Amino acid sequence: MLYFILRRLVLVVPILIGLTLLLFVVARLLPGDPVGLAAGPNASAETIAQLRQEFGFDQPLPIQYWTYVTGLLQGDWGTSVFTRRPVFEDILTYLPATLELVFAALLLAVVIGIPLGLLTAVYRNGALDYATRTLALGGIAMPRFFLGLLLQLAFAAWLGWLPLSGRYPFIEMPPETITGFYTIDSLLAGDFYALRVAIAHLVLPAFAMALSPLATIMRMMRASTIEVLQQDYVMTERALGLSNRLILFKYVLKNAMTSTLTVIGLYVSWLLGGTVLVETVFDWPGLGLYASQAILTQDFMPVIGVTLVIAIIYLITMLVVDLLYGVFNPKVRYA
Amino acid sequence: MTLLKISNLQLSMKSYEGETPILHGIDLTIKRGEVWGMVGETGSGKSLTGLSISRLIPTPPGRYLAGSIEFQGIDVLKATDREMRALRGRHLGMIFQDPTTNLNPAFRIGTQLVDVALHAGHADPSVLGLSPGASRRQFKDAARQTAIDMLGKVGIPNASERINDYPHQFSGGMRQRVLIAMAMIGKPDLLIADEPTTALDVSVQAQVLRLIHELVAERNIGVLLITHNLGVVAQICTHVAVMYCGRILEAGAVHDVLKRPSHSYTRALLDSVPTVHTKRGELRGLGDLQPEALA
Ligand SMILES: Nc1ncnc2c1ncn2[C@@H]1O[C@H](COP(=O)(O)OP(=O)(O)OP(=O)(O)O)[C@@H](O)[C@H]1O
Ligand SMILES: [Mg+2]
Repeated sequence: MLYFILRRLVLVVPILIGLTLLLFVVARLLPGDPVGLAAGPNASAETIAQLRQEFGFDQPLPIQYWTYVTGLLQGDWGTSVFTRRPVFEDILTYLPATLELVFAALLLAVVIGIPLGLLTAVYRNGALDYATRTLALGGIAMPRFFLGLLLQLAFAAWLGWLPLSGRYPFIEMPPETITGFYTIDSLLAGDFYALRVAIAHLVLPAFAMALSPLATIMRMMRASTIEVLQQDYVMTERALGLSNRLILFKYVLKNAMTSTLTVIGLYVSWLLGGTVLVETVFDWPGLGLYASQAILTQDFMPVIGVTLVIAIIYLITMLVVDLLYGVFNPKVRYA
Repeated sequence: MTLLKISNLQLSMKSYEGETPILHGIDLTIKRGEVWGMVGETGSGKSLTGLSISRLIPTPPGRYLAGSIEFQGIDVLKATDREMRALRGRHLGMIFQDPTTNLNPAFRIGTQLVDVALHAGHADPSVLGLSPGASRRQFKDAARQTAIDMLGKVGIPNASERINDYPHQFSGGMRQRVLIAMAMIGKPDLLIADEPTTALDVSVQAQVLRLIHELVAERNIGVLLITHNLGVVAQICTHVAVMYCGRILEAGAVHDVLKRPSHSYTRALLDSVPTVHTKRGELRGLGDLQPEALA
C-alpha cells in the first residue's frame, strides 16, 4: 500500500509539469498587459519598461518558464503585479478561508446527504422521498451564486438571523491563527463567542455551496442503497434477527458507500472551482476572491498559483478517495 | 413436543399482472428431533413456505389469505415485529442457497458472527453462557468466544485467526460452513435450510450435509430441509413433505412416503430419479400433470 501511495505521488510530477507549462503559455499568450494596468494610466514609458524588467517580462518565454518552475520548487511562486506581494504568501493567507468553506460545505453535504439517501431508499415513495426529490431537483439545477443571493436575502436581510457577508466582523479580532480555520482556532482557544461568530458567518456560504452536492450525494446514496437492500445478505441478516437500524446504518451503509465515494471526491474539485462565485457574493476572503481580482487585472502569477493549488488539492483528494475504496470494499487491493 | 404447526396457510403475491395465489392451504407440523425434507418442483412454493415461518415475506407484495403459523406457542402472523425479532437468530435459524451472496462482502466474517451472537445473547444470555446481569464487556467477549468456538465446530481450521478474514477469502464450501455457524450460533430450536447445498460442488455437498446432520443430531432440534435431492431426503431426513403447485400432496415418515407413495405425483417424482440401472434414453420426466387433476 505504501508502494501504491509512492507510485501515485511520483505520477503527480509529470501532471504538475504539464499543468504549469500549459497555464504559463496560455497566460502569456493572452492579450493584455498587466504591467500597464498595474502602473496606472499616467505611467511613463520608462516606468513601464522598468517594471517589465523588474518582473522579468522582457526575457524570452522559455527562460521565464524556467525561472518560474525553479522558483516554484523553492517556494517562490512569483510576485503579484497587483498586490506586489509574493504569490505564495498571498495563497497561504487566503487558502485556509477557502478550505474552511469547502470543508464546511462538504461536511454539510455528506452528513445530511448520506442519511437522507439511506432513509429515502428505505421509505421510498413516502412523503420524505417526494419532498427531498423535489428539493434535490431544485438544488442541482440552481446556480450557487443565485442560491447564495436568495439565502442572503432571506436569512440576513429579511430575518436578520445571520450576517450578510464576510468571514468575521471587521471591528473585531478573529481568533489567534493556529490552523487558519476560524472555527477550529476558536475551539482550540476555548473562545466560544468567537466560535459562534465564525459559524454564523460560515453557515450561509457553506450551505449555498453544499446544496448541489448534498442533493447529488443523497440521490446517489438512495440508488445504491436500493440496490444493496435487494442483496441476499440483507435477507440473511434479517432472518438472523439483526435490527433494522444495525442492518441499515452498519451493513447496508458500508456497501452503498462505494459508488457515492466517487461522487464525493469529484465534488471537492467542483467546490473549489465554485468558490470564485460564492466568495464574491459573500465577500469571503479566500482564494476565489483573490483569483477573481487577479483575473480582472490580468495578473498572471496569482492565477497560475491558485490553479496549481486547486490542482494539487484535487490530486490529493483523488488519492484519498482511492485509499478509502479499500476501506469500504475489502476486495480492493493496492498494487 | 410440537415446535411448529402450520395450518391451512394460504398466501398470494401481488405483481404487475395482479394478485396470484401461491400457497393453497399448507398444513405441516414439525416436532423436536424431526428432520423434515421438503421436495417438489421449482415454483411449487417451498421457499415461500420456509420464509413465511420467519415472517420474512414483506406484505405487500405478499398477503396471507387464511391460516396460521404457530411456532413455540407464538402466532407468527400476528406477533409484533419485536417478538419476531426475538425469535429470529435465537429460536429460528435459517440457511439459504447461495453462500457467495449471503455473506456481507464488506465485513469480516467475525463481525457478522459476533453481531448475530450478540443479538441471540440479548434475547437469551444463556446462549453465551452468561447470566442476565452481565456487563456489555462480558457480552462482547462471550460473543466473540462463542463465534470462534462455533466456527471451529463447523470445521474451519484456525478459527481464531480466520474470524478476521473477509468472505472473499473463503471457498464456497467454507462460506456455507460460516453461514451454518451463523444460523446455529443462537442455538435455534428450528433450523430452516433452503437448498443449502445446491450451489456447492458435488464433492463438498456431502460434507456440508453431514455437518448439518451432526449439529442437528447433537442438539436434538427440528429441521426443515428444502431440497431437490430425493437421495438426500432418504439419507438424512426422518420425514418428508412433497409439494406441488402450492399444496402439500403427501407428508409423513420417510420410509412410508418413499417406499409406498400413495400419490401418483410422488410416484412420478421417484421414477424420475435416475439410478445406475437406468438405461440410456430411459430417463423419465414428470409428464404434464395438471394441478386440477391433483386437487
Ligand atoms: N416476490 C414475488 N412476487 C411474486 N411472485 C413470487 C415472488 N416470489 C416468488 N413468487 C412466485 O411464487 C411461486 C413459488 O416460489 P418459491 O420461490 O417458493 O418456489 P420454490 O418451490 O422455492 O422453487 P425453487 O425450487 O425453484 O426454489 C413461484 O411461482 C414464484 O414465481
Ligand atoms: Mg426456492
